[in-house]
Amino acid sequence: MTDDAPAASARLEPVTGEWRRVSPKYIVVDLVGNVISGAVATFAASLPVWLLNWGPWWWLLTIGVGVVSLVLVALTPRRVRSIGYLLRDDDLLFRRGIMFQRFVAVPFGRMQLVDITRGPLARALGLAELKLVTAAAATGVVIPGLALPAAEELRDHLVALAETRRAGL
Amino acid sequence: MTELADGEWHRLHPATPLLKGGIALIAILGIIVANLRERLVEWLIPGAECPPGVCDEDPISIILERYLLLALLGVAVVILVVIGLFWLSWRMHTFRVTDEVVEVRSGVVFRSHRKARLDRIQGINIARSLFARIFGAAKLEISAAGSDANVQLAYLSSANADGLRAEILTRASGVRARVAADAVAAAEAGEGLPVGTSDAVRANLAEVARARLAEFTAPELDPNLAPPQSVVTMNAGRLIGSTVLSSGTIMFVAIVVGVLVAVSVGGAGGWAFFGLIPTLFGLGSYLVNRVLKSLRYSIAATADGVRVGFGLLSTTNETIPPGRIHAVEITQELLWRPFDWWTVRVNLASQSSSPGAAGQQSTTILPVGSRAEVLKVLELVLPSLVTDETRLLIEGGLAPARPEDGFTTSPRRGAVLRWFSWRRNGFMLHTDAVILRRGAVWRSLTVVPTARTQSVAAHQGPLERLLRLAKVRVHTVNGPVTASIGALDVGDASALFRDAAAAGVVAIRADRSHRWGSA
Repeated sequence: MTDDAPAASARLEPVTGEWRRVSPKYIVVDLVGNVISGAVATFAASLPVWLLNWGPWWWLLTIGVGVVSLVLVALTPRRVRSIGYLLRDDDLLFRRGIMFQRFVAVPFGRMQLVDITRGPLARALGLAELKLVTAAAATGVVIPGLALPAAEELRDHLVALAETRRAGL
Repeated sequence: MTELADGEWHRLHPATPLLKGGIALIAILGIIVANLRERLVEWLIPGAECPPGVCDEDPISIILERYLLLALLGVAVVILVVIGLFWLSWRMHTFRVTDEVVEVRSGVVFRSHRKARLDRIQGINIARSLFARIFGAAKLEISAAGSDANVQLAYLSSANADGLRAEILTRASGVRARVAADAVAAAEAGEGLPVGTSDAVRANLAEVARARLAEFTAPELDPNLAPPQSVVTMNAGRLIGSTVLSSGTIMFVAIVVGVLVAVSVGGAGGWAFFGLIPTLFGLGSYLVNRVLKSLRYSIAATADGVRVGFGLLSTTNETIPPGRIHAVEITQELLWRPFDWWTVRVNLASQSSSPGAAGQQSTTILPVGSRAEVLKVLELVLPSLVTDETRLLIEGGLAPARPEDGFTTSPRRGAVLRWFSWRRNGFMLHTDAVILRRGAVWRSLTVVPTARTQSVAAHQGPLERLLRLAKVRVHTVNGPVTASIGALDVGDASALFRDAAAAGVVAIRADRSHRWGSA
């Protein structure tokens, strides 16, 4: 742990270290997801105009939603690159987000279970998602875009660590 | 030692079906009476004639006239079958308590078998509803973490429930101390109450009545098993005052005033008042309920954790072993400030099925108390935290901010996000706990023991980045308390994040509270 965090900087950077990043292939998965959800949202926003015949001003809503979706899609590569995790001696650190940054520290002794899930697209690319579950619902640590062997190795490592540090709830 | 915890399978109180089905039975009786009221009137008042056309073509009359024997036989068979089923379900419902687990088997057609490890117990609750108290029975509920994870033993005889609770707690704690066993034995001997119902049946009626009376008037805390004094005494005046001055009541007054203004100025008709009647009833029952439930509130330390008891007619008595409280929050309603009243809420991993004091969630362990009482309660629930040195610091956490009070507060620019409270909004990291102080209008103090934190998070959004601020949240199990503090300087937030995470790791390593007695 380093104590020389840049206090003068406005950016939140509580822990500096060698963050492990997720696979660049995950950009594709996230991009496809964002394009689909953006298209659906834009389509839904256009419904009032051609289903209910509301005035032309309602096109603005469609345009607005479309623009926001495009920005989200354009930022996807950066957002994926911002995801990182760091294994320390006693806990796992997780970070994500550029606009809305989030750092989480999960002690190994607090992990109740470690989950691996794979969507169809991620499976095609050989990726997997690792989910850490603690007794607190708010922990919400999901590390996406790990190569399957790496994810399985990490899971086994974490489970073994959790077993040695296990305490009560 | 109670013979129920000898590792063999035991059955519940014989009156269990009656107690569980009591309400249903009364309801069925009510339906029958309602449907036959003409006939009942005729039976009771012979002069009152049944209107022609009602009794003649009544199916009951036809049955009585033509198939009397068959009808009687049918009723007898139904009653026998119902009694038989109840008896069968009672017979099939067994439990046992071993050194490691408590198990319950139940069900006739669909069998269920539930097992709970004793070292995972989050709390033990003894509830005595008014109906059950008449029969001298009690419901013992052993809570485990998670929703619907509790093991219920409903019903046991009252004394058995107390004995079993003491025994389970002793085993769960990891000590097999002779002292505890002696204490239980002494308690059972000293009480002179019937231990099993079979004894009670044999005893003559007057004795039974006396025993019931003794149970009714006995204090909720068994004097032999727990230090008798509750650290808080609830008085009716404060209870009523705090309820009247709560935000719910203020809202009600605001609605009444609104309606009055609407009637007098807007010309809305008098019918508007009718809309208030349901609200009035709701408020009335809430007030009465709250006062009745909390009047005999007590909280005390036992060897096996904090014991919270309350209730005047239906009583509940919950024991929370050490290390089962995941977060504590002390809050104050706006109008309570002149009186210096506070409420204490906690996060627990288990969810008790019986409501807590004042008809609120069972997580409200002190419905209303003075500052001194709040500190006493805090001392009970977090013994390692409240010492002579930290007492002043914690008291400072309830007061307005002062310089050098130990809290790291928001910088001046935090006022953009925390308009009034930025001076007070701050945190303090103790070796055993993270303490967060928030709010200027609605003051609160949140304490999370570091041995119970699940994870720590730091957040920053775009606006916060512009202001060089950040937010830190300490994750605990779900409950009414959310330990999060925003509008901190980025450097302070980073330090809190790092230190809270590190303190959590150290505390987890040192934590032995799942077997609290073995240390």
